[in-house]
Amino acid sequence: MEKVQTSRSFTVPIGPQHPALKEPEHFLITVDGEIVTKAVVRLGYAHRGVEKATESRNWVQNIYILERICGICSHIHATAYCLGVEKLAGVEVPPRAQAIRVLVAEMERIHSHLLWLGVAAHEAGFDTLFMYSWRDRETIMDLLESLSGNRVNYSVNLLGGVKFDVDDELARLIYDGIDFLEKRTQHYLDVVTSDAMFLQRTRGIGTMTRSQADVLGTVGPTARASNVYRDIRVEAPYGAYGDFPVKIVLDERGDLEARFVVRIKELFESYRVIREILDNLPAGELSTRMPRRIQEGETVSRVEAPRGELFYFIKSNGTDTPERIKVRTPTICNMMSVVKLAVGHQLADVPMIVVGIDPCFSCNDRMTVVDRGQGQRQGWTWEALRRYGIRHYQRLAR
Amino acid sequence: MKPTKNRHPDRLAGLKTWARINSPWVLHFNSGSCNGCDIEILATLTPRYDLERFGIKLQGSPRHADVLLCTGAVTRQARSRLLRIYSQMHEPKFVVAIGSCALSGGVFQGCYNVLGGIEKVIPVDAYVPGCPPRPEAIIDGVVKLLSSLKAPQGGDGTAAHASEMVEKLVVEHEHR
Ligand code: SF4
Repeated sequence: MEKVQTSRSFTVPIGPQHPALKEPEHFLITVDGEIVTKAVVRLGYAHRGVEKATESRNWVQNIYILERICGICSHIHATAYCLGVEKLAGVEVPPRAQAIRVLVAEMERIHSHLLWLGVAAHEAGFDTLFMYSWRDRETIMDLLESLSGNRVNYSVNLLGGVKFDVDDELARLIYDGIDFLEKRTQHYLDVVTSDAMFLQRTRGIGTMTRSQADVLGTVGPTARASNVYRDIRVEAPYGAYGDFPVKIVLDERGDLEARFVVRIKELFESYRVIREILDNLPAGELSTRMPRRIQEGETVSRVEAPRGELFYFIKSNGTDTPERIKVRTPTICNMMSVVKLAVGHQLADVPMIVVGIDPCFSCNDRMTVVDRGQGQRQGWTWEALRRYGIRHYQRLAR
Repeated sequence: MKPTKNRHPDRLAGLKTWARINSPWVLHFNSGSCNGCDIEILATLTPRYDLERFGIKLQGSPRHADVLLCTGAVTRQARSRLLRIYSQMHEPKFVVAIGSCALSGGVFQGCYNVLGGIEKVIPVDAYVPGCPPRPEAIIDGVVKLLSSLKAPQGGDGTAAHASEMVEKLVVEHEHR
């Protein structure tokens, strides 16, 4: 039978956002029937020019602007920057400050992973899990707030130390919170590995082999779910990770389920490290003196953000402002894996594959779906695609 | 259908306001924020804050929305998006700018790709400061906006009822 070629092309211009995923991002997905044949991503809607802006602010002001690159992993950005600048200045930071930095970084990881668990569950149409995990996340938000007075941008770091101390009362609160969360996390681990409907959306979907993960340069839990041994906390311990080592969490399967399991198991590791730090918090000063001008030189600072390796290059020309700061965030490394993995999958799986990498620069604002077979071009909202995915699997389940 | 003459324009307007105030649908748009404000908006939906008890529903299409929640400074790339969403919303529409960035550009003032606050591009009805504002503050901002919508014509029973309802909600919220 001859294929009828229609040249009808239409776009459905519906709103470009979605309550669960932030920041605009544009995907161009080509499909043949139901199967994705090509995916292209366009980034940069939220590009603000932060790197350039750092050059006109002094070393201290830059902590605050770099912290605001990302609200979800704000602390780790400031940590990477401070560690780099301290290295340039040749300043030794007191051990208590380093321990508190790591403590807050692990608390941030807990908040970020729980946030992601909820958002990913929402994408799969599992809103109950979304609500539960966000309810429990408030526990860690409260702790962060009692520590720093702020829920999102904590501003814990200073050049040369930290601002806030952990006293016995706060430590007790943290112990209690962690105990509660540990129980809940066990429950979530059971849910994501046993709920049949949920497994249908995750098991065997978006599988990335170890060599693919390596070649695509993925980082963080996305890489570790494909059994790639990559975790800066383990490979090149910074801050207090030398004294409080973490165990790397790996999984061999490489599919979406593995990414859920790896992130949830990392939560247990974070709980353990936090307890260990609180048990053995070194005594001493919180900060040390920093020079106002940083001596000439350049350095690289690598830390493990909740989403993977965060990389800072810092160059100083001896004045009170940096000459160049370059930031590479983990999502940009992982984004390419989405573009590769989506090919060959059902269109209905695309939302889950995208959230599987925990895209920080997300809010995949609008999909343009191009159907090759009929030459139709169609704009989809993220929401429409999410619904489509959920309905697709509901039909299958019947 | 033959157009009928509206014999009670005031009543009708009052009724509309009443309906709008009791169940506003809000849309969220990020024009270049750091995600901090966005996760706080999302947190308002979740069990602890539960925005929906005010009848406020967050949803995805500008065509269904009464209130636009904007976060972040406006970047050059996002500007046309923001304008398009705003023009797709039906009248009457209201804009709430959330966070220091949306108010003035905040910490990103002077970045080469940042135009400034939301009001540089579209008119703003309510401002919620903070970096990021707490979920309570966001809810309060939206509820304050709604209470300022009180009977535009005044005097009408229905509309007065509406503003009373909102007042009650605000008080309830503050006492929580
Ligand atoms: S106001 Fe603060 S939290 Fe909100 S987008 Fe701006 S920098 Fe981020």
